Amino acid sequence: MSNIFVLVEHRQGELRDITLEMLTKASQLAEKTGGETVALLLGNGVDSHAEKLTGYSDKVLYMDDPLFEDYNSEKYQKALVAFFKEQKPYLVMMGHTAQGVDLAPALAVELKMPFVTDVIDLEYVDDKLQPLRQYYGGKVNAEFSFKGEPPYLVTFREATLEVPEPFKSGKVEKIDSPLKEDIDYRKFLEYIEAEVGDVDITQSEILVAVGRGVKEEKNMAMIEELASAIKADICASRAATDAGWLPHDRQVGTSGKTVKPKLYIAIGISGAFQHLAGMKGAKTIIAINKDPEAPIFAEADYAIIDDLFKVVPKLTEKLQELRG
Amino acid sequence: MNTFVCVKRVPDTSEAEVKVDATEKDVDSSKFSFDINDADNYAVEEAVQIKEAQGGTVQVLCCGPQDADMMIRMALAKGGDSAMRIDDPRINFSDPLQVAKVLAAAIKEQEYDLVLTGCWADDDGFMAVGVALAEELGIPHAAMVKKVEVEDGKVKAHRELEGGISEVVEITLPAVLTIQTGINEPRYAPIRGIRQAQKKELKVLKLDDLGISEEEVSEDSSLIELKRFYIPEVESKAEIIEGEPEEKAEKLAEKMVKGGLI
Repeated sequence: MSNIFVLVEHRQGELRDITLEMLTKASQLAEKTGGETVALLLGNGVDSHAEKLTGYSDKVLYMDDPLFEDYNSEKYQKALVAFFKEQKPYLVMMGHTAQGVDLAPALAVELKMPFVTDVIDLEYVDDKLQPLRQYYGGKVNAEFSFKGEPPYLVTFREATLEVPEPFKSGKVEKIDSPLKEDIDYRKFLEYIEAEVGDVDITQSEILVAVGRGVKEEKNMAMIEELASAIKADICASRAATDAGWLPHDRQVGTSGKTVKPKLYIAIGISGAFQHLAGMKGAKTIIAINKDPEAPIFAEADYAIIDDLFKVVPKLTEKLQELRG
Repeated sequence: MNTFVCVKRVPDTSEAEVKVDATEKDVDSSKFSFDINDADNYAVEEAVQIKEAQGGTVQVLCCGPQDADMMIRMALAKGGDSAMRIDDPRINFSDPLQVAKVLAAAIKEQEYDLVLTGCWADDDGFMAVGVALAEELGIPHAAMVKKVEVEDGKVKAHRELEGGISEVVEITLPAVLTIQTGINEPRYAPIRGIRQAQKKELKVLKLDDLGISEEEVSEDSSLIELKRFYIPEVESKAEIIEGEPEEKAEKLAEKMVKGGLI
């Protein structure tokens, strides 16, 4: 009753980093609860994933079944419901990812599990778990507690922890899949790969990034002038691609590209965690935003807290002058 | 195709200062401007586009106080046919599973093919209500949908995954889809629609009208508890450039050039 289970996330033959990030957290918690970490893997032909996971978890349990060839929330839910009737974990962790948010809420309802989403940290204090999450785009932290009986369920935010090197040597056990037959009310059809555009922003040395604060498409001219003055490519936060100012292949963040340029100039971007996850590897970050509380400033090396419409044209002019 | 679309009224805190109030479980919202949650706005547009292509109705559903009526009327002006607002101070908004239970109670006795929600709320960001609602209704779902194709009692939903990839799943109707921003271009409400919206039905219901008891959806029965809000300390290593806007720009340009950043 003190074990921490982590649902392994993998796609198209690759283990996703969130799994290893969660196992890091799970291991810290298991030391306090006195339990073991268990990586629970559902898939088809996933022996090598199971083997790799022994470096990160006390135990790896895996169900190998052709019905798990591709992720399907309905099949996962059936299997997990059957599984958790036998096994009684203290805590179950899933990624706060496209998979986790598609699966965890339904599982929580069906099994009446105390459930908190998008958790950025978990403390174990006085024999109790304290999930921490955020409201208002990261401007407010919220401490939660669980009531009722375990198992507790959380979805854990991606890229909150470093991806670890192997730190355990656990045991693998293959278990029977509880699925007897396929289902017909939800079917996986296909993956559609990312759009390929004219510029590959993952290769850019200098990026000028625009967000909601740029307000209107016509203001992109001002941004283009700055970019051209310093030979930068232009990328965007979700708000700017949703608004159609730039194509989707220029979006930086968890649902778009991860970039690591030498210089990243964030203009009118507040810094939602999904965006930060895609750009915090930049060598130098400049942020221009009039909101002093914007989370982007936590990642910045240079900050201008002011009206971008006053700052950017002057910045362009001065750069042109200095560079001749 | 009869569609329910669930909407929430949220504050715009993108450029606002946020302060925790004396209860430590809420924020001082007196200076915020409010509007429809961004993803819900896309969900409304998607529902209206499906109705325009296939016929049927769009019903707007909202949990919240009377302040939400203007937002609901705007959704009706864009093409919604009628609306229900569940107004009860006993609803515990800190638990998305309880909100889902309330919405399910309002929907389950009705005729419907599709339920759309935004996939994400700008204020609490739970990303849980839509999928929990599907489970409460006992119907399939797909989360984070950025393209919808409806045909022959089924829907092909393109789910946004990480890294620009999407997956296509086929789901039998009735179903719940949680809609991602960027799926369409939300329209502005036409003047004529705004006038017509005033005459459309907007039912206001209490928990008792839905046959759910306070025990099912109150803080006491919730399996989680919001303990406290606090403003996180931002550990910024940033060098803050001071001065008038033009001075700041000049200083930054010099740093960029002399520091070899460009």
